[in-house]
Amino acid sequence: MSDPVSLTTEHPGQVASATPPAPGRSSRLSDRWLTVAFTSPALLLLLAMSVFPLLWALYLSFTDYSATRGGPAHFVGFENYTAILTSAQVHQRALTTLIYVVGAVTLQTVLGFAIAYLISRRTHGRGLLTTLFLVPMMLSPVVVGLFWRFMLDAQFGVINSMLGSLGLEQVEWLTRQRTALISLIVVDTWQWTPFIMLIALAGLTAVPKYLYEAAAIDRASEWFRFRTITLPLVWPLLLIAVLFRAIEAFRLFDLVYILTSGGPGVSTETLSFHVYKVAFLGFNTGTASAYGILMVLVVLVLTQLYLRYLNKLKED
Amino acid sequence: MAVSVGEAVSTGPVRDHTPPARRFGGRGRSVLEVALLAVLAVVMLFPVLWMIETSIKENRDVYAIPAKFFDFKVTMDHFKDVFFASGGGRSALSVSFLNSVVVAGVSTVLATVLGVPAAWAYSRFAVKAKKDQLFFILSTRFMPPVVVVIPIFLMYRQVGLIDTKLGLILIYTAFNVPFTIWMMKGFVDEVPAEYEDAAMLDGYTRLQAFWRFTLPLLLPGIAATAVFALIFSWNEFVFAIFLTSSDTVRTAPPAIAGLIGGTTVDWGLVAAASVVFALPVLVFAYLVRKHLVAGVTLGAVRR
Repeated sequence: MSDPVSLTTEHPGQVASATPPAPGRSSRLSDRWLTVAFTSPALLLLLAMSVFPLLWALYLSFTDYSATRGGPAHFVGFENYTAILTSAQVHQRALTTLIYVVGAVTLQTVLGFAIAYLISRRTHGRGLLTTLFLVPMMLSPVVVGLFWRFMLDAQFGVINSMLGSLGLEQVEWLTRQRTALISLIVVDTWQWTPFIMLIALAGLTAVPKYLYEAAAIDRASEWFRFRTITLPLVWPLLLIAVLFRAIEAFRLFDLVYILTSGGPGVSTETLSFHVYKVAFLGFNTGTASAYGILMVLVVLVLTQLYLRYLNKLKED
Repeated sequence: MAVSVGEAVSTGPVRDHTPPARRFGGRGRSVLEVALLAVLAVVMLFPVLWMIETSIKENRDVYAIPAKFFDFKVTMDHFKDVFFASGGGRSALSVSFLNSVVVAGVSTVLATVLGVPAAWAYSRFAVKAKKDQLFFILSTRFMPPVVVVIPIFLMYRQVGLIDTKLGLILIYTAFNVPFTIWMMKGFVDEVPAEYEDAAMLDGYTRLQAFWRFTLPLLLPGIAATAVFALIFSWNEFVFAIFLTSSDTVRTAPPAIAGLIGGTTVDWGLVAAASVVFALPVLVFAYLVRKHLVAGVTLGAVRR
C-alpha cells in the first residue's frame, strides 16, 4: 500500500534469462519465434487498419483528389497544407476547439478533483457514492448528446422549465451562438467529470496515512497539509488524467454532431467537425486529408507528452 | 497490486486519525461536505433519472410545460415501440440492437484473441524497440476517428466493405487491439515469470507453460479486458455512422441518433431506446468496477 502508484509499462527484468536450456532445443530461438508469432497478427492488423489508411491519407493530402468527382489525382505539392494553415476558417475552428478543450478540461479537473476530495473524506458510503458518480462516463456519447439535447430544448426542455419556475429567463441553449458552445462544454463536463474524479480518487486513497499523522503532530494547518502533502502526491496522476482528457476532447466529434451539428452558424464547429464537413460535405478529399494529417500530428505530440509523464510517474 | 474502487472503499477514511483537538468545528463542516456531495450527486444523476422518467411517460406528459416531475401516467408503450414495429413484427431499432450485439461481440472476441498473446509476448520477452512498439500501438488508438474514417471509407469502397458488418467488425477490432494489449500487459506483468520457468524445468515448452499455467491465471483479467472492449465497441458511433447506412447493417448508436432526423421527434421513444441501449453497459461496467481506472485510461494507469 505504501508505494503510491505502479504502472504497467516496461518491466525489462522479466526476460526469461535464468531458464536453463531445455534438453535438445534452443529455448532462445523458440522464444523469438513465439514473440513473432504472438505479436505479428496484432501488428499486421494495426498496419492494415491504422497505418496504411494514414499513409494513404498522407498521399492524398498532396493531391487534389475528390472522392465524389473521381478521376485521377493530381499532385499539388504542399498546396493543401498552405491552404489550411492560412485559412481564416480553420483558424476560427482552432480557436473554438481551444476554448472547448481548455474550458471543458479545466471544469472537469476542478469539479472532478473536488468530488474526489469530498468522497475521500467520507467514512461511509464511499463505494455507493463512487459508483453513482461514475454513471455518466459509461454512457455512449450518442445517448448523452441526445438526452441533453432534449433537456436543453428551448420549448419543452426541463432545464428551461426549471428556470421558468424559479422565475428566471428562458435561454435558447443550443440555438444561440454563445450559449451553444457553453452548452457543449457543460455536457462534456457532465460526462467526463467522473473520469477525473475516478483517477483523482485513486491518487487520494494512495496517499500514505502516516504523512497526515506526522503533519497532525506538527499541528500543520489543513490548507498546509493539502498544499504540501495531498496536492504534490496526487498531481502527477491527475496530470495524466488531464492530458488524457485533453486528447479525447481534441478529437471529439460525436457530441458535436448530435448536440449542435456545429451550429448555430459555425459557433460550435470544432476541428474534428470541420474535417468531416470538408471531407463528406465539401468532397475535397485531398484538402480534408491534409487537414487530418495536421490533426494527427497534434495528437501524436500530445500522446508523446502523455507517455512521457506516464513513464515519469512509473519511475518515481 | 491492484487497489480498486471497491477496495478503496474498504480501506476506510484517509484521515480518520485526526486527534479530537483538531476537530474544532469539524461537525458543522462535515455536514456541509455531505450536503455538497448530495447536491453534486443529484446534479450528476438528474439527466439519467430524467431519461428513465421520460421513457415511461405518456407522450402528453413528455411535452408538458412546465415539466412534470412526479404526477405523470406510467406507460410501457415506448419500450414496446423500441422492439416491435407499429404494424407488428420487429422494429428497425431492434434489428440495430441485434447488429450491435453481433458487431461488438465478434470484434471483442477477435481483439482478445489477437491482443492477449501479444500482451504476453511484450511482457515476457525482450522485443526489439519494445517501448517504441508499445507507443506505436497506443497512438493508433488515439487517432481522431474522423480523420481515420476518410481513408478507411475509400479503402472499404474499393474492396466492397462499405455498409457491411464485417467492415465494422474489422475496424472495431483494430481499435480494441491496442487497448487489449496495454490492459493485458498489466495483468501479465502481475503473474510472475517464474511460474513459466518452473514449468519449463519440468519439461514443458514455453508455449505449453503459457497455455497451461499462465493463461488460467489471466482469465479474470481477460474477462475484465473483454468487457471493456465490448463497452467501447457497443458505444462507438463515428465509424458506425460513416461506414454503414442500411437498416439491416446499422448498429444501435446511429439508429438511435437517426430517431431525431425528422421534423417531430418522439422523445419518449428516444428515451426508451437510450435506456435499453445503456442498461447493459451499466451492468457490465458494474461487473468490472475493480478495473475501472485501468480500463478507462486504456490500460495505462494501474493501481
